[in-house]
Amino acid sequence: MRNPQLNENGELTHLLSIEGLPRHILSHILDTAASFMGIADREVKKVPLLRGKSVFNLFFENSTRTRTTFEIAAKRLSADVINLDITRSSTAKGETLLDTIDNLCAMHANMFVVRHAASGAPYLIAEHLKRVRHKNIHVVNAGDGRHAHPTQGLLDMYTIRHYKQNFEHLTVAIVGDILHSRVARSDIHALTTLGVPEVRAIGPQTLLPAELAKMGVRVHHDMNEGLKGCDVVIMLRLQNERMNGALLPSAGEYFKHYGLTPEKLALARPDAIVMHPGPMNRGVEIDSGVADGKQAVILDQVTFGIAVRMAVMSILAGN
Amino acid sequence: MSTSPLHLPDAEAQCRALAEQIRPHLTPDTALVGIYSGGAWIAERLTQLLPLPEEAGLIDISFYRDDFAEKGLHPQVRPTHIPFEVEGRKLILVDDVLYTGRTTRAALNELFDYGRPAAVELAVLADRGGRELPMAPTYCVWHLELPRQTCLTLKRDDAGRLSWSVEDHA
Repeated sequence: MRNPQLNENGELTHLLSIEGLPRHILSHILDTAASFMGIADREVKKVPLLRGKSVFNLFFENSTRTRTTFEIAAKRLSADVINLDITRSSTAKGETLLDTIDNLCAMHANMFVVRHAASGAPYLIAEHLKRVRHKNIHVVNAGDGRHAHPTQGLLDMYTIRHYKQNFEHLTVAIVGDILHSRVARSDIHALTTLGVPEVRAIGPQTLLPAELAKMGVRVHHDMNEGLKGCDVVIMLRLQNERMNGALLPSAGEYFKHYGLTPEKLALARPDAIVMHPGPMNRGVEIDSGVADGKQAVILDQVTFGIAVRMAVMSILAGN
Repeated sequence: MSTSPLHLPDAEAQCRALAEQIRPHLTPDTALVGIYSGGAWIAERLTQLLPLPEEAGLIDISFYRDDFAEKGLHPQVRPTHIPFEVEGRKLILVDDVLYTGRTTRAALNELFDYGRPAAVELAVLADRGGRELPMAPTYCVWHLELPRQTCLTLKRDDAGRLSWSVEDHA
């Protein structure tokens, strides 16, 4: 079966997941993003690539940062951006997801940026568009359930490449709640596709999925052991709601074992960078000394995210 | 089908001739902007040959092409790099071949997103006719007429030497 993200020529037409995408497509997105980086410094912070196109932001789940950076990216490409407040819209009145999509197609949408709590929702939309023969409407997954967050994965790769130049000799650790993290899943697929020889997962047994070894990831339950010699440390947000379940004893206990402090960071390479997809919980997964320290590149990730999302949208729109 | 480069003019000599055409019109605030990739190589040559205050700017027009809807994004976009203020400057846009005029239009659109230049001139090695927009070169060393199926491109070898190549597409 053909990858549902690719068209008959093997070109990217939807971005649903990093899983299954060849290295040359990931590299093309990162290279294109690099060309968009300068635009923010110009007199006119726009290029005309998506002039006259309508991009619909469909956020069925809240996210200020991701929605805003998608909006800025689309506007810098000269697209018209429509943000749908889903919680107050027809969906709340009982309309199905695909009926909503059909209505937006009737309004001549060109692209949907979709965030949904259900894994696979963007895939469902892409399949539906194919069925109803809207082959010029593109879907970007902006995070679906526990499944994937491909633009976050790509902006993380952009950040790593920016600071480390290439992927071939790196050791990258992902720390925290990998079980519930779509970011971690997208990062792992991207890192292995781009040729990172050692990807480590650090966290308590209860927050690490069983299939990590199959994905080519080395598992560490002892953070001190796992951080040794790392070039890149990706911290994940500990979702507060997990505290209520049986998965973790307490935030304090978690911080003691898996919080990134300056002392623990000293075990990684001296030039290691610290990343976090945000929003951060200071004192839960990351100490302020690290979050505000010299090795943190967390705000750069946000800036790079705009260029990466511009690259994704312009590549999709052209295919 | 490729014809031998012997039948084509020497592109390096043409660069020197182009520099001499430009020289009498240089002002203290003139700056070059080369269009990737051929125009960027020529701009590099002109910078060596002419007394210019700055290095040349380089422009990639991929984000401004008018055929994006049909052809999509170019697989290799290079960052536009303009190391000087465009506002109020006299600019010479440099390209290898002037053909339909669409690349020039795209480059002008992009330049104006950096600021409002005082004047923009166009320098090319070859004008092959076939215009689809009202554009004319200010400086040009080689005028010729080529049929639509013929592709004239500037190449650069590993030693950095520029030469012409002509190919016919069936």
